[in-house]
Amino acid sequence: MIELIQQYGLAYLWTDGSGFSGVAMTLWLFIVSVILGFVLSIPLAIARVSEHFWLRWPVEVYTYLFRGTPLYIQLLICYTGLYSLQVVQDTALLNQFFRDALNCTLLAFVLNTCAYTVEIFAGAIRNIPHGEIEAARAYGLHGWRMNLFVVIPAALRRALPAYSNEMILMLHATSLAFTATIADILKVARDANAETFLTFQAFGIAALLYMLLSFALVGLFRLAERRWMRFLVPTRG
Amino acid sequence: MNQSAQALAAHPADLATSRPTAVAASASVKLKVEDLHKSYGEHEVLKGVSLNASKGDVISLIGASGSGKSTMLRCINFLEQPDAGVITLDGISIEMRQGRAGVQAPHQAQLQNLRTRLAMVFQHFNLWSHMTVLENICMAPRRVLGVSAAEAEKRARMYLDKVGLPSRVADQYPAFLSGGQQQRVAIARALAMEPEIILFDEPTSALDPELVGEVLKVIQTLAEEGRTMLMVTHEMGFARQVSSQVLFLHQGRVEEQGSAEILDHPKSERLQQFLSNRLK
Repeated sequence: MIELIQQYGLAYLWTDGSGFSGVAMTLWLFIVSVILGFVLSIPLAIARVSEHFWLRWPVEVYTYLFRGTPLYIQLLICYTGLYSLQVVQDTALLNQFFRDALNCTLLAFVLNTCAYTVEIFAGAIRNIPHGEIEAARAYGLHGWRMNLFVVIPAALRRALPAYSNEMILMLHATSLAFTATIADILKVARDANAETFLTFQAFGIAALLYMLLSFALVGLFRLAERRWMRFLVPTRG
Repeated sequence: MNQSAQALAAHPADLATSRPTAVAASASVKLKVEDLHKSYGEHEVLKGVSLNASKGDVISLIGASGSGKSTMLRCINFLEQPDAGVITLDGISIEMRQGRAGVQAPHQAQLQNLRTRLAMVFQHFNLWSHMTVLENICMAPRRVLGVSAAEAEKRARMYLDKVGLPSRVADQYPAFLSGGQQQRVAIARALAMEPEIILFDEPTSALDPELVGEVLKVIQTLAEEGRTMLMVTHEMGFARQVSSQVLFLHQGRVEEQGSAEILDHPKSERLQQFLSNRLK
């Protein structure tokens, strides 16, 4: 056990000598996917609840596709499937992008978490009391001002609990990255296991690391809820 | 319906550029509502209602539920889309256009202008629950009128004081306040827009009886200041006290209108019936 930690401790946490690995890589995957997914999901969520069919419908198809298929398959398609297409190989930019495993992995993760986040935010938008939207209209807010100043702040706060859940699921989902040769926590654990045959310890350490990250995340969200969901406290009963 | 459509077409000028000719004729008329029609499917809620509000008027709209009084109020700032009718503010009519499926959609820029000049107080307060009291009051002045943050806050505190709320509620969220306090915040929110007309849509109907008084007192103060107000209400005693005009609506028509006198001496049978059916 001691030897395992001595030999792989740094790889579990920071670097395996050829780049970031372990916790650092997992966090990188997680933070990039979640941030990009968040930024993309807000306009898409607004489109998702739009009354215009041509705004709503494409987003509906997108979320249906990405929530309807396993992340592993999406990752396989991004990582191996797309690169096998002649078009991708022939287009310089696409060729460059899809040749890199990290790009492919991030693309799959972003698209996946974004799809779930869109549905969470769209649900929160639908849950804003109708009267509050009406008041905003009556006071002359409309279009982007309405969205920026009323709809989005109201929806994001209400979405916090569901969104924190999605973030934790996403953190755990990053462990699929090892299948695309990304050196995340699980990849290091598998390497350590293959090398030392200390299976329980190798994967145990990985589980512990994921657990610690989850706890940190839960703690952060608890702070965020205390700050941004105060307005709902008395109605919770 | 056809007649009103013609009337609409007769006012194609833009608010910003038009030189209204009607102004001289009705200089004192602030808001003119003419022949408003509204249907929900087959059901015709408004069958051509009109009113004239001069500056300083307090007009009460009364009537049984379903008589169309709230719909009428909501059509005035287009929270409901009227099917036909003309709304004229300061001699300038709101331009309407033929929308999809035959409904007339008001011109967007003109509509926003109208809405910043008419502030609304709702039955269920409709405060933005995720914002503090102060943020609620500052929102529209800042984001719609473009008032500076400091100026908006100054206004907010002034109007909070005016509606009789202590300054410590400024940082609270609406859900922590009583109904009466919430409605007074909503009135402060309306006042902060420094509107030309305030629309009250049953401002006390959602309140516990013991909280009605505090809200009515605030509205009365506003009436005494000479503010122009339209008010849908069930409080007959209050309407009698503050109104310069009373409109009694019945089944989508103005059945009787006049000074607050008509509440004591109703002419029409319907209004007599309506008044005798309620405790005074």
